[in-house]
Amino acid sequence: MPRRSTKKGTQKAKPDYVLFDRETQAFIYNLQVNATQRMLDFDFVSGRGTPSVAAIVNPTGNDSFQKFFYGPREVLLPVYKTLKNAAKRHPNVDVMINFASFRSAAASTLEAFELQQIRTVVIIAEGVPERKMRELIAKAKELGKVIIGPATVGGVRAGAFKIGNTGGTIENIMESNLHRPGSVGFVSKSGGLSNEAYNIIARSTDGLYEGIAIGGDRYPGSTLLEHLLRYEANPDVKMMVALGEVGGVDEYSIVEALEGGRLTKPLVVWTTGTCTKAFKTEVQFGHAGAKADADAETADAKNAALKKAGAHVPTSFDDYGNTIARVYKGLVKKGIIAPAPEPVAPKVPMDYAAAVKGKVIRKPTNFICTISNDSGEELLYGPMMISDVVKKDIGIGGVISLLWFKKLLPPYATKFIEMCLVITADHGPAVSGAHNTIVATRAGKDLISSIVSGMLTIGPRFGGAVDGAAQMFSEAYDSGRTPAQFVNDMKAKGVNIQGIGHMVKSVHNPDMRVTLIAGYAKKHFKRTPLLDYAFEVEKLTTSKKDNLILNVDGCIGICFADLLRNEFTKEEADEYIKMGALNALFVLGRSIGLVGHHLDQKRLKQGLYRHPWDDIAYMLDK
Amino acid sequence: MAQRAIREADGKRMMARLLKEYSNGKHTVADRYITVSPETDLKKLPGKHKWLSRTKLVVKPDQLIKRRGKSKLLLLNAEWKEAERWIQERRGKPITVGSVTGVLDHFIVEPFIPHAPEDEYYVAITSARKGDNILFYHQGGINVGDVDAKAEKWLVQVGRMPTAQEIEKNLLGKVPKARKALVAGFIEALFRFYADLNFTYLEINPIAIVGKEVVPLDLAAKLDDTAEFQSGAKWGGIDFPSPFGRTLTKEEAYIEELDSKTGASLKLTVLNPRGRVWTMVAGGGASVIFADTITDLGFMSEMANYGEYSGDPNEEFTYLYARTMLDLMTRERVQGGKVLLIGGGIANFTDVANTFKGIIRALKEYRSQLIENEVKIFVRRGGPNYKEGLRQMRELGETLGVPIEVYGPETHMTKIVPMAMNALKGGK
Repeated sequence: MPRRSTKKGTQKAKPDYVLFDRETQAFIYNLQVNATQRMLDFDFVSGRGTPSVAAIVNPTGNDSFQKFFYGPREVLLPVYKTLKNAAKRHPNVDVMINFASFRSAAASTLEAFELQQIRTVVIIAEGVPERKMRELIAKAKELGKVIIGPATVGGVRAGAFKIGNTGGTIENIMESNLHRPGSVGFVSKSGGLSNEAYNIIARSTDGLYEGIAIGGDRYPGSTLLEHLLRYEANPDVKMMVALGEVGGVDEYSIVEALEGGRLTKPLVVWTTGTCTKAFKTEVQFGHAGAKADADAETADAKNAALKKAGAHVPTSFDDYGNTIARVYKGLVKKGIIAPAPEPVAPKVPMDYAAAVKGKVIRKPTNFICTISNDSGEELLYGPMMISDVVKKDIGIGGVISLLWFKKLLPPYATKFIEMCLVITADHGPAVSGAHNTIVATRAGKDLISSIVSGMLTIGPRFGGAVDGAAQMFSEAYDSGRTPAQFVNDMKAKGVNIQGIGHMVKSVHNPDMRVTLIAGYAKKHFKRTPLLDYAFEVEKLTTSKKDNLILNVDGCIGICFADLLRNEFTKEEADEYIKMGALNALFVLGRSIGLVGHHLDQKRLKQGLYRHPWDDIAYMLDK
Repeated sequence: MAQRAIREADGKRMMARLLKEYSNGKHTVADRYITVSPETDLKKLPGKHKWLSRTKLVVKPDQLIKRRGKSKLLLLNAEWKEAERWIQERRGKPITVGSVTGVLDHFIVEPFIPHAPEDEYYVAITSARKGDNILFYHQGGINVGDVDAKAEKWLVQVGRMPTAQEIEKNLLGKVPKARKALVAGFIEALFRFYADLNFTYLEINPIAIVGKEVVPLDLAAKLDDTAEFQSGAKWGGIDFPSPFGRTLTKEEAYIEELDSKTGASLKLTVLNPRGRVWTMVAGGGASVIFADTITDLGFMSEMANYGEYSGDPNEEFTYLYARTMLDLMTRERVQGGKVLLIGGGIANFTDVANTFKGIIRALKEYRSQLIENEVKIFVRRGGPNYKEGLRQMRELGETLGVPIEVYGPETHMTKIVPMAMNALKGGK
């Protein structure tokens, strides 16, 4: 659907009694997506050529477009920041449906009144101050505008135009035959009851012509009588139905109009609130205006007066439908109403969300996740709710075991994971990861870029020994070679044994980190075959050279491989190592240090780093 | 959500605070109005308000009781000691005014203003659709009679402010010439006060002319509480008391509090805690019709409550609302059992399945109490997702051990009322 903006006004002169027809277009004030969609669904089943919403005015947003469905297709509706701009682009629009809050509804209604093209404003909000409302009513009268509301759901002209959420779901609209016109003009205060009344009218007559809910406030913008007089003037309306309410004196103006001959079409009317006589003290009902301040304002008095004036008044609400049906049948008999054949209405496709909710549709997914779930009441890490994760104090080691290995490992294991993180967190500024982070930070880069630049140095030569050692030693051990055979094989191949050797540490100057990790593993692990094997290998290598000790990367990798083999099958353990779980441990641990170096450089306000010339050997080809 | 009555003392204090401003300094009302609430320590009052011991006093209950003079609820021309005793004798005691019984808990204490009967006038401002009516009568006081019939009445159109000259011309024909300007100026300021503070009703009967001053003696007023966002600061920290005899029960106060926390609407009034007909109806309009139908069928005296929920409350709020209701209705066993009507029209946008979920949760929780109280449940509802909502209710009916009959839009809205009444009769 192209954006509809007409240069020239295409407003046809409508008779005064017609507020809405099949060409009527409205502005929706405030971004009300659901209400707008419901209007467009109604338009579609009614066979309207154009959507009944020309544009949305969203004062808290910017000019943009919003997608909606029109039947099975999608259409774009323009969204404007200002009403003025919307009006300029859509000069044919003469209705504004005002979803502004009770605080601002009066101001936005006055804004709409300033536009000559706007004829009808519907105020949805409940709680507009009575004094403000009376000013709006006076202003509307002066300018010849019509207000429907406040505190209303709106109204509907069957098969032509529907205000906002009136009529509820599309199924209800179809069941109540609101998608095609009938002969009955309806007006009530209550929005909820009007929907009930449409259902009753659909069951008792050839259907609704138009229904308006004027709202439950004390000073509605337009009155019951004003709408009845429109129906009286409209030759397509053959009978009228109204629902009054205890409180106020509005219904007496209907009495006067009946007596004065200004209302001549058959009118079925019932005033609700006959129960107030049963209450000893004042009870404020759901509607603001529903309170009898005088005897004349009681429902019984109004019903009696209406009956006397010639309206068809049922004996109770229970009898409302029967009375409507009786009056209708009389009109058919007299030939005043000739029921029309039922048109075939197109079907609005079901909304995907509703179909899912109703379990009538399924679709294959594109993604799968087995470690966490945020779609329920509470976030889940594996089987554990986040509140339990916190309450049971499983620590970051427990969280890693849930999210990486999909089960909560026993405390000795989660503690070991944490120990590895602590030990790998940093290794000073000189190693390549920290160095790169520092250089990037000093170049003015942000946290993520600086960390990543350090992270990207992690690989076979830096930090990679964790993975490499675990793999190499597992393979050697599993192949059944003795440590001596393994050392000789590697020597023959000319390959360094991963995890063996240190720059400064040696047999006589042992690495405390290795002592700690290996000591913990020996004490808490059920079995440590790989570690034991590695120490045998170390005995051989250190006999050749003092510093060919099992280093910290190797020790972590090998112990972790032992741990995995304790808690999983050998195949699962090997798979985790292959997938990079051990490398991940180093990456995660070291990221703590990298963040530290980034913050440190920022804190020290270090400027751009430039490597000194005298530290570079310039040796260009001659 | 509507016009609500305020305490006399609050209204007079507003006048004392603001009338000077609205009359450009010409009219002042001395701020000598004390509210005695259940918490007030009477012993400490004379220390705080020196004038109490220096002037003769008037004491009246201040809780929306009409015609206090005629009910002898008025102490005139009293010393403080006497006033204190008068309050002590009445505070916290139930009294009956007309057909309503309530507990006296709020009083107004103010100076006694000696004046002659011919110094009293009646003035009121009331709101209507087309404007505000000023009513004036050249006599005032408790014996003024039918003011609607005899008072001068002038409709000031919406948006207009009356001038003193107009007031004099339209209303003060029978006021002595020397006083006309004074009274007209007072009413002019009173009107501006009325409009700017979003009053919807203000009756002062009488005002008394004492020297060059106009003093409000007896005041009743209503404010439009929806205008709080505009005028709340000028109102000051006031409360809206319940009508006399209608102190909120704990449960009603709880629902009122819930109501204030949600954009949806939750209302509850307990009419007769021992009644056998309980309603939980969705919608401001439908709830009234259910109450009507119960009344029309002659079960007025058995109607236990009026209430409604609407505007798509979420499951949690519906649950809390339903739980409160079920708790109330199962407190006392009654011969022949009770009925619960879970009614409603065809909703426009309230999700029926969602709201029912909350109700079902509460019903399950109160299963044993419901069985014990021989409760029968009747459901009628339509609207978004109603089929699912009704299905869940039917399913519950099969397992709960409490009979539940469920109907949708194909059944007339109030058809479940006669069904429920028949069930009650059968149980007798």
